[in-house]
Amino acid sequence: MTEHTRRQRFETLLLPHLSAAYNLARWLVHKDADAQDIVQEAFLRAFRYFESFRGGNERAWLLGIVRNTCYDWFRQHRQHELHATYDEELHGHLHTDAQTTHSNPETILSQHDATQQLNRALSNLPLEFREVVVLRDLEGLAYKEIAVLMDIPLGTVMSRLARGRKQLAAYLQPHTVELCYEV
Amino acid sequence: MKCDSARELFTALLDQEIGLHDAMTVEAHLRDCLACQVIYQEQKMQRTALQQQLTYFQAPAELAQRIKAALPSTPATSLSVTRRPRRWLNLSAIAASFMAVVISAGFYFMQPSATERLADEVIASHVRGLITNHLTDVASSDQHTVKPWFNGKLDFSPPVRDLTTEGFPLIGGRMDYLEHRAVATLVYRHRQHLISLFIYPAQTKVIPRVSSGITQNGYHLLNWSQDGMNYWLVSDVNLVQLQNFKVLLTSTTPNK
Repeated sequence: MTEHTRRQRFETLLLPHLSAAYNLARWLVHKDADAQDIVQEAFLRAFRYFESFRGGNERAWLLGIVRNTCYDWFRQHRQHELHATYDEELHGHLHTDAQTTHSNPETILSQHDATQQLNRALSNLPLEFREVVVLRDLEGLAYKEIAVLMDIPLGTVMSRLARGRKQLAAYLQPHTVELCYEV
Repeated sequence: MKCDSARELFTALLDQEIGLHDAMTVEAHLRDCLACQVIYQEQKMQRTALQQQLTYFQAPAELAQRIKAALPSTPATSLSVTRRPRRWLNLSAIAASFMAVVISAGFYFMQPSATERLADEVIASHVRGLITNHLTDVASSDQHTVKPWFNGKLDFSPPVRDLTTEGFPLIGGRMDYLEHRAVATLVYRHRQHLISLFIYPAQTKVIPRVSSGITQNGYHLLNWSQDGMNYWLVSDVNLVQLQNFKVLLTSTTPNK
Protein backbone atom coordinates (compact mmCIF):
# COMPACT_ATOMS: atom_id res chain seq x y z
CA MET A 1 0.00 0.00 0.00
CA THR A 2 1.50 3.35 -0.92
CA GLU A 3 1.68 6.10 1.62
CA HIS A 4 -0.95 8.06 -0.26
CA THR A 5 -3.54 5.29 -0.36
CA ARG A 6 -2.75 4.36 3.21
CA ARG A 7 -3.53 7.87 4.32
CA GLN A 8 -6.61 8.02 2.13
CA ARG A 9 -7.88 4.77 3.56
CA PHE A 10 -7.20 6.01 7.07
CA GLU A 11 -9.12 9.22 6.50
CA THR A 12 -12.05 7.51 4.81
CA LEU A 13 -12.34 4.95 7.54
CA LEU A 14 -11.70 7.02 10.66
CA LEU A 15 -12.49 10.69 10.06
CA PRO A 16 -16.25 9.94 10.02
CA HIS A 17 -15.82 8.96 13.68
CA LEU A 18 -14.28 12.25 14.67
CA SER A 19 -17.32 13.36 16.63
CA ALA A 20 -17.50 10.04 18.45
CA ALA A 21 -13.86 10.48 19.43
CA TYR A 22 -14.42 14.06 20.51
CA ASN A 23 -17.59 13.23 22.43
CA LEU A 24 -15.80 10.53 24.43
CA ALA A 25 -12.78 12.71 25.15
CA ARG A 26 -15.01 15.63 26.09
CA TRP A 27 -16.98 13.52 28.55
CA LEU A 28 -13.82 12.10 30.07
CA VAL A 29 -11.72 15.25 30.45
CA HIS A 30 -14.51 17.88 30.27
CA LYS A 31 -12.73 20.86 28.69
CA ASP A 32 -13.06 21.53 24.99
CA ALA A 33 -9.41 22.50 24.47
CA ASP A 34 -8.13 19.43 26.31
CA ALA A 35 -10.53 17.17 24.43
CA GLN A 36 -9.38 18.59 21.09
CA ASP A 37 -5.72 18.03 21.94
CA ILE A 38 -6.43 14.50 23.05
CA VAL A 39 -8.43 13.66 19.94
CA GLN A 40 -5.67 15.00 17.72
CA GLU A 41 -3.08 12.95 19.57
CA ALA A 42 -5.35 9.89 19.40
CA PHE A 43 -5.72 10.25 15.62
CA LEU A 44 -1.95 10.47 15.23
CA ARG A 45 -1.57 7.34 17.29
CA ALA A 46 -4.29 5.60 15.32
CA PHE A 47 -2.50 6.52 12.12
CA ARG A 48 0.75 5.06 13.44
CA TYR A 49 -0.88 1.83 14.47
CA PHE A 50 -3.30 1.66 11.55
CA GLU A 51 -1.71 -1.58 10.34
CA SER A 52 -2.58 -3.24 13.59
CA PHE A 53 -6.29 -2.60 12.96
CA ARG A 54 -7.58 -6.02 12.03
CA GLY A 55 -10.99 -5.13 10.73
CA GLY A 56 -14.14 -5.13 12.81
CA ASN A 57 -15.65 -2.01 14.24
CA GLU A 58 -13.25 0.80 13.45
CA ARG A 59 -15.18 3.16 15.70
CA ALA A 60 -14.64 0.91 18.72
CA TRP A 61 -10.98 0.61 17.76
CA LEU A 62 -10.59 4.38 17.55
CA LEU A 63 -12.47 4.96 20.80
CA GLY A 64 -10.11 2.54 22.51
CA ILE A 65 -7.19 4.70 21.42
CA VAL A 66 -8.99 7.87 22.49
CA ARG A 67 -9.58 6.34 25.89
CA ASN A 68 -5.93 5.34 26.27
CA THR A 69 -4.86 8.83 25.29
CA CYS A 70 -7.23 10.26 27.90
CA TYR A 71 -5.72 7.98 30.52
CA ASP A 72 -2.20 9.14 29.62
CA TRP A 73 -3.49 12.67 29.99
CA PHE A 74 -4.97 11.85 33.39
CA ARG A 75 -1.64 10.46 34.52
CA GLN A 76 -0.06 13.81 33.70
CA HIS A 77 -2.78 16.07 35.03
CA ARG A 78 -5.32 14.46 37.24
CA GLN A 79 -3.89 11.45 38.95
CA HIS A 80 -6.76 11.50 41.41
CA GLU A 81 -9.37 10.83 38.69
CA LEU A 82 -7.82 7.45 38.07
CA HIS A 83 -8.08 6.43 41.69
CA ALA A 84 -11.53 7.76 42.42
CA THR A 85 -13.82 4.90 43.21
CA TYR A 86 -17.49 5.04 43.81
CA ASP A 87 -18.22 6.57 47.16
CA GLU A 88 -21.75 6.26 48.44
CA GLU A 89 -21.27 9.23 50.79
CA LEU A 90 -19.82 11.48 48.16
CA HIS A 91 -21.96 10.56 45.19
CA GLY A 92 -25.04 9.44 47.03
CA HIS A 93 -25.81 12.95 48.24
CA LEU A 94 -26.25 14.19 44.69
CA HIS A 95 -29.14 11.82 44.54
CA THR A 96 -30.97 13.44 47.46
CA ASP A 97 -30.27 16.95 46.17
CA ALA A 98 -31.89 16.13 42.91
CA GLN A 99 -34.96 14.72 44.50
CA THR A 100 -35.41 17.75 46.73
CA THR A 101 -35.05 20.10 43.81
CA HIS A 102 -37.56 18.18 41.77
CA SER A 103 -40.13 17.99 44.51
CA ASN A 104 -39.86 21.68 45.30
CA PRO A 105 -42.83 23.37 43.62
CA GLU A 106 -40.96 26.70 43.60
CA THR A 107 -38.39 25.29 41.26
CA ILE A 108 -39.68 24.90 37.79
CA LEU A 109 -36.98 23.53 35.61
CA SER A 110 -36.90 24.37 31.99
CA GLN A 111 -35.88 21.64 29.59
CA HIS A 112 -32.55 23.38 29.25
CA ASP A 113 -31.87 23.33 32.96
CA ALA A 114 -32.83 19.69 33.19
CA THR A 115 -30.34 18.75 30.49
CA GLN A 116 -27.73 20.85 32.23
CA GLN A 117 -28.38 19.04 35.47
CA LEU A 118 -28.29 15.65 33.87
CA ASN A 119 -25.04 16.51 32.11
CA ARG A 120 -23.58 17.73 35.35
CA ALA A 121 -24.61 14.51 37.04
CA LEU A 122 -22.85 12.45 34.39
CA SER A 123 -19.78 14.68 34.65
CA ASN A 124 -19.68 14.01 38.36
CA LEU A 125 -19.92 10.24 38.04
CA PRO A 126 -16.65 8.46 38.79
CA LEU A 127 -14.66 7.80 35.65
CA GLU A 128 -15.29 4.04 35.53
CA PHE A 129 -19.06 4.52 35.47
CA ARG A 130 -19.01 7.60 33.29
CA GLU A 131 -17.10 5.96 30.48
CA VAL A 132 -19.39 2.93 30.37
CA VAL A 133 -22.48 5.17 30.15
CA VAL A 134 -20.89 7.29 27.40
CA LEU A 135 -19.72 4.28 25.41
CA ARG A 136 -23.09 2.58 25.61
CA ASP A 137 -25.77 5.22 25.81
CA LEU A 138 -24.11 7.86 23.66
CA GLU A 139 -21.82 5.90 21.37
CA GLY A 140 -24.00 2.79 21.17
CA LEU A 141 -21.19 0.25 21.50
CA ALA A 142 -21.99 -3.38 22.24
CA TYR A 143 -21.18 -4.71 25.71
CA LYS A 144 -18.55 -6.95 24.21
CA GLU A 145 -16.86 -4.07 22.42
CA ILE A 146 -16.82 -2.10 25.67
CA ALA A 147 -15.42 -5.09 27.56
CA VAL A 148 -12.58 -5.46 25.05
CA LEU A 149 -11.94 -1.73 24.92
CA MET A 150 -11.78 -1.33 28.71
CA ASP A 151 -10.29 -4.76 29.35
CA ILE A 152 -12.93 -5.70 31.90
CA PRO A 153 -15.29 -8.69 32.05
CA LEU A 154 -18.66 -8.51 30.32
CA GLY A 155 -20.46 -8.77 33.66
CA THR A 156 -18.60 -5.72 34.93
CA VAL A 157 -19.72 -3.71 31.91
CA MET A 158 -23.30 -4.58 32.76
CA SER A 159 -23.05 -3.85 36.48
CA ARG A 160 -21.25 -0.53 35.96
CA LEU A 161 -23.79 0.49 33.38
CA ALA A 162 -26.66 -0.43 35.70
CA ARG A 163 -25.18 1.59 38.55
CA GLY A 164 -24.27 4.52 36.34
CA ARG A 165 -27.77 4.73 34.90
CA LYS A 166 -29.32 4.41 38.32
CA GLN A 167 -27.33 7.38 39.57
CA LEU A 168 -28.35 9.48 36.60
CA ALA A 169 -32.01 8.52 36.73
CA ALA A 170 -32.49 10.83 39.71
CA TYR A 171 -31.64 13.80 37.52
CA LEU A 172 -34.11 13.07 34.80
CA GLN A 173 -36.79 15.61 34.29
CA PRO A 174 -39.63 14.38 36.50
CA HIS A 175 -42.41 14.99 34.00
CA THR A 176 -40.59 13.02 31.33
CA VAL A 177 -40.82 10.04 33.61
CA GLU A 178 -44.47 10.63 34.43
CA LEU A 179 -45.33 11.09 30.80
CA CYS A 180 -43.80 7.76 29.98
CA TYR A 181 -45.81 6.06 32.69
CA GLU A 182 -49.05 6.99 30.99
CA VAL A 183 -48.03 5.56 27.66
CA MET B 1 -36.34 -17.07 39.30
CA LYS B 2 -36.02 -14.73 42.27
CA CYS B 3 -36.74 -11.03 41.93
CA ASP B 4 -33.14 -10.10 42.76
CA SER B 5 -31.60 -12.26 40.07
CA ALA B 6 -34.20 -11.11 37.55
CA ARG B 7 -33.49 -7.45 38.31
CA GLU B 8 -29.78 -7.95 37.88
CA LEU B 9 -30.48 -8.84 34.28
CA PHE B 10 -32.82 -5.94 33.47
CA THR B 11 -30.04 -3.77 32.07
CA ALA B 12 -28.88 -6.50 29.72
CA LEU B 13 -32.45 -7.28 28.69
CA LEU B 14 -33.15 -3.62 27.90
CA ASP B 15 -30.02 -3.41 25.82
CA GLN B 16 -30.73 -6.72 24.10
CA GLU B 17 -27.38 -7.94 25.34
CA ILE B 18 -28.71 -11.07 26.99
CA GLY B 19 -28.60 -14.71 26.06
CA LEU B 20 -31.79 -16.31 24.76
CA HIS B 21 -32.15 -18.56 27.78
CA ASP B 22 -31.74 -15.73 30.29
CA ALA B 23 -34.08 -13.52 28.29
CA MET B 24 -36.81 -16.13 28.39
CA THR B 25 -36.36 -16.72 32.10
CA VAL B 26 -36.48 -13.01 32.95
CA GLU B 27 -39.48 -12.44 30.69
CA ALA B 28 -41.30 -15.34 32.29
CA HIS B 29 -40.62 -13.84 35.70
CA LEU B 30 -41.81 -10.43 34.52
CA ARG B 31 -45.15 -11.88 33.43
CA ASP B 32 -45.78 -13.10 36.97
CA CYS B 33 -44.26 -10.35 39.10
CA LEU B 34 -45.95 -6.98 39.15
CA ALA B 35 -43.30 -5.36 41.37
CA CYS B 36 -40.56 -6.29 38.90
CA GLN B 37 -42.69 -5.13 35.98
CA VAL B 38 -42.91 -1.66 37.50
CA ILE B 39 -39.17 -1.50 38.05
CA TYR B 40 -38.45 -2.81 34.58
CA GLN B 41 -40.74 -0.24 32.93
CA GLU B 42 -39.14 2.49 35.00
CA GLN B 43 -35.64 1.49 33.96
CA LYS B 44 -36.77 1.30 30.37
CA MET B 45 -38.01 4.88 30.41
CA GLN B 46 -34.97 6.10 32.23
CA ARG B 47 -32.70 4.50 29.67
CA THR B 48 -34.58 6.08 26.78
CA ALA B 49 -34.67 9.46 28.49
CA LEU B 50 -30.95 9.36 29.26
CA GLN B 51 -30.06 8.55 25.71
CA GLN B 52 -32.25 11.39 24.47
CA GLN B 53 -31.33 14.04 26.99
CA LEU B 54 -27.60 13.63 27.52
CA THR B 55 -25.58 15.96 25.38
CA TYR B 56 -23.64 14.45 22.49
CA PHE B 57 -20.69 16.72 21.80
CA GLN B 58 -20.10 17.23 18.10
CA ALA B 59 -16.50 17.80 17.12
CA PRO B 60 -15.76 21.45 16.28
CA ALA B 61 -15.46 22.00 12.54
CA GLU B 62 -11.82 23.03 12.69
CA LEU B 63 -10.73 19.84 14.43
CA ALA B 64 -10.84 17.74 11.27
CA GLN B 65 -8.64 20.28 9.47
CA ARG B 66 -6.25 20.35 12.39
CA ILE B 67 -5.90 16.61 12.36
CA LYS B 68 -5.44 16.42 8.60
CA ALA B 69 -2.68 18.98 8.88
CA ALA B 70 -1.02 17.10 11.71
CA LEU B 71 -1.04 13.70 10.04
CA PRO B 72 2.44 12.90 8.83
CA SER B 73 2.82 12.91 5.07
CA THR B 74 5.50 10.26 5.38
CA PRO B 75 5.43 7.65 8.10
CA ALA B 76 6.97 8.32 11.49
CA THR B 77 8.67 11.55 10.52
CA SER B 78 6.34 13.96 12.23
CA LEU B 79 5.29 13.30 15.74
CA SER B 80 4.74 16.95 16.48
CA VAL B 81 1.43 18.43 17.35
CA THR B 82 0.76 21.43 15.20
CA ARG B 83 -1.32 23.64 17.40
CA ARG B 84 0.22 25.18 20.48
CA PRO B 85 1.77 22.15 22.06
CA ARG B 86 0.47 21.59 25.52
CA ARG B 87 2.68 21.21 28.51
CA TRP B 88 1.71 17.60 29.08
CA LEU B 89 2.91 16.76 25.63
CA ASN B 90 6.21 18.55 26.26
CA LEU B 91 6.66 16.70 29.48
CA SER B 92 6.48 13.48 27.60
CA ALA B 93 8.96 14.68 25.00
CA ILE B 94 11.63 12.28 26.13
CA ALA B 95 9.20 9.44 26.06
CA ALA B 96 8.03 10.63 22.66
CA SER B 97 11.50 10.62 21.15
CA PHE B 98 12.02 7.15 22.50
CA MET B 99 8.67 6.19 21.07
CA ALA B 100 9.70 7.69 17.73
CA VAL B 101 12.54 5.22 17.52
CA VAL B 102 10.30 2.36 18.50
CA ILE B 103 7.63 3.52 16.10
CA SER B 104 9.96 3.96 13.14
CA ALA B 105 11.18 0.47 13.82
CA GLY B 106 7.55 -0.56 14.14
CA PHE B 107 6.77 1.01 10.82
CA TYR B 108 9.56 -0.82 9.18
CA PHE B 109 8.08 -4.06 10.37
CA MET B 110 4.48 -3.03 9.90
CA GLN B 111 4.76 -2.28 6.21
CA PRO B 112 3.17 -5.28 4.56
CA SER B 113 6.21 -7.00 3.16
CA ALA B 114 6.29 -8.98 -0.06
CA THR B 115 6.10 -12.10 2.07
CA GLU B 116 3.03 -10.94 3.92
CA ARG B 117 1.26 -9.99 0.73
CA LEU B 118 2.10 -13.33 -0.72
CA ALA B 119 0.91 -15.04 2.45
CA ASP B 120 -2.41 -13.21 2.03
CA GLU B 121 -2.64 -14.42 -1.55
CA VAL B 122 -1.90 -17.99 -0.50
CA ILE B 123 -4.58 -17.98 2.19
CA ALA B 124 -7.10 -16.31 -0.10
CA SER B 125 -6.48 -18.92 -2.75
CA HIS B 126 -6.86 -21.79 -0.30
CA VAL B 127 -10.04 -20.32 1.19
CA ARG B 128 -11.49 -19.58 -2.25
CA GLY B 129 -10.93 -23.21 -3.13
CA LEU B 130 -12.76 -24.27 0.02
CA ILE B 131 -15.79 -22.02 -0.29
CA THR B 132 -16.31 -22.50 -3.99
CA ASN B 133 -15.81 -26.21 -3.45
CA HIS B 134 -13.21 -26.15 -6.16
CA LEU B 135 -10.05 -27.40 -4.56
CA THR B 136 -9.01 -29.71 -7.34
CA ASP B 137 -9.10 -29.68 -11.13
CA VAL B 138 -7.89 -33.22 -11.16
CA ALA B 139 -9.13 -35.39 -8.32
CA SER B 140 -6.91 -38.35 -7.76
CA SER B 141 -4.86 -39.89 -5.04
CA ASP B 142 -2.55 -41.31 -7.67
CA GLN B 143 0.58 -39.22 -8.08
CA HIS B 144 1.03 -40.75 -11.52
CA THR B 145 -2.28 -39.27 -12.58
CA VAL B 146 -1.83 -35.90 -10.96
CA LYS B 147 1.72 -35.21 -12.11
CA PRO B 148 1.10 -35.77 -15.84
CA TRP B 149 -2.06 -33.65 -15.60
CA PHE B 150 0.13 -30.58 -15.11
CA ASN B 151 2.05 -31.36 -18.32
CA GLY B 152 1.43 -28.73 -20.93
CA LYS B 153 -0.31 -26.49 -18.42
CA LEU B 154 2.79 -25.29 -16.66
CA ASP B 155 6.30 -24.44 -17.77
CA PHE B 156 7.68 -26.59 -15.00
CA SER B 157 7.01 -30.02 -13.59
CA PRO B 158 6.06 -29.99 -9.93
CA PRO B 159 7.19 -32.85 -7.74
CA VAL B 160 4.10 -34.81 -6.73
CA ARG B 161 4.01 -37.52 -4.10
CA ASP B 162 1.34 -39.30 -2.22
CA LEU B 163 1.74 -39.52 1.55
CA THR B 164 -1.29 -41.65 2.38
CA THR B 165 0.72 -44.06 4.47
CA GLU B 166 1.98 -41.14 6.56
CA GLY B 167 -1.56 -39.93 7.18
CA PHE B 168 -1.66 -37.26 4.46
CA PRO B 169 -3.50 -38.71 1.46
CA LEU B 170 -3.23 -36.80 -1.80
CA ILE B 171 -6.64 -35.56 -2.95
CA GLY B 172 -5.72 -34.01 -6.24
CA GLY B 173 -4.24 -30.99 -7.95
CA ARG B 174 -5.30 -27.72 -9.49
CA MET B 175 -3.93 -24.78 -11.37
CA ASP B 176 -3.58 -21.58 -9.46
CA TYR B 177 -2.16 -18.14 -9.82
CA LEU B 178 0.31 -16.59 -7.40
CA GLU B 179 2.84 -13.82 -7.71
CA HIS B 180 1.74 -13.08 -11.27
CA ARG B 181 2.37 -16.56 -12.51
CA ALA B 182 0.65 -19.90 -12.91
CA VAL B 183 1.48 -22.28 -10.13
CA ALA B 184 0.75 -25.91 -9.30
CA THR B 185 -1.37 -26.58 -6.25
CA LEU B 186 -1.56 -29.99 -4.66
CA VAL B 187 -4.29 -30.76 -2.17
CA TYR B 188 -3.79 -33.16 0.69
CA ARG B 189 -6.02 -34.20 3.51
CA HIS B 190 -5.16 -34.80 7.11
CA ARG B 191 -8.11 -36.14 9.10
CA GLN B 192 -10.86 -33.61 8.36
CA HIS B 193 -8.47 -30.83 7.37
CA LEU B 194 -7.51 -29.90 3.85
CA ILE B 195 -4.04 -28.71 3.04
CA SER B 196 -2.99 -26.78 -0.04
CA LEU B 197 0.58 -26.98 -1.26
CA PHE B 198 1.61 -24.33 -3.78
CA ILE B 199 4.64 -25.06 -5.94
CA TYR B 200 6.40 -22.82 -8.45
CA PRO B 201 9.93 -22.26 -9.66
CA ALA B 202 11.99 -19.99 -7.41
CA GLN B 203 12.56 -16.71 -9.17
CA THR B 204 15.65 -14.61 -9.02
CA LYS B 205 14.27 -12.56 -6.20
CA VAL B 206 14.60 -14.24 -2.87
CA ILE B 207 11.50 -14.68 -0.79
CA PRO B 208 12.30 -14.37 2.89
CA ARG B 209 11.69 -17.56 4.74
CA VAL B 210 9.10 -17.67 7.44
CA SER B 211 10.57 -20.74 9.01
CA SER B 212 8.50 -20.56 12.15
CA GLY B 213 5.33 -20.18 10.16
CA ILE B 214 2.72 -17.46 9.81
CA THR B 215 -0.65 -17.67 11.44
CA GLN B 216 -3.44 -15.56 10.08
CA ASN B 217 -7.19 -15.80 10.57
CA GLY B 218 -6.79 -19.30 11.95
CA TYR B 219 -4.75 -20.55 9.00
CA HIS B 220 -1.15 -21.59 9.30
CA LEU B 221 1.41 -21.08 6.60
CA LEU B 222 4.87 -22.41 5.98
CA ASN B 223 7.16 -21.61 3.10
CA TRP B 224 10.50 -22.86 1.94
CA SER B 225 12.59 -23.39 -1.13
CA GLN B 226 14.06 -26.64 -2.30
CA ASP B 227 15.73 -27.70 -5.53
CA GLY B 228 14.87 -24.45 -7.26
CA MET B 229 11.20 -24.51 -6.29
CA ASN B 230 9.26 -22.34 -3.89
CA TYR B 231 6.73 -24.06 -1.66
CA TRP B 232 3.83 -22.63 0.32
CA LEU B 233 1.83 -24.79 2.65
CA VAL B 234 -1.48 -23.56 4.03
CA SER B 235 -4.10 -25.22 6.20
CA ASP B 236 -6.23 -24.91 9.29
CA VAL B 237 -4.57 -28.02 10.64
CA ASN B 238 -2.47 -27.23 13.69
CA LEU B 239 1.00 -25.85 13.19
CA VAL B 240 2.84 -28.85 14.62
CA GLN B 241 1.13 -31.23 12.21
CA LEU B 242 1.76 -28.85 9.36
CA GLN B 243 5.45 -28.78 10.25
CA ASN B 244 5.51 -32.58 10.40
CA PHE B 245 3.96 -32.64 6.97
CA LYS B 246 6.61 -30.26 5.70
CA VAL B 247 9.33 -32.55 7.06
CA LEU B 248 7.72 -35.48 5.23
CA LEU B 249 7.52 -33.52 1.99
CA THR B 250 11.08 -32.29 2.13
CA SER B 251 12.60 -35.57 3.19
CA THR B 252 10.86 -37.83 0.69
CA THR B 253 12.65 -38.12 -2.60
CA PRO B 254 10.18 -37.00 -5.22
CA ASN B 255 8.96 -39.76 -7.48
CA LYS B 256 9.91 -38.55 -10.85
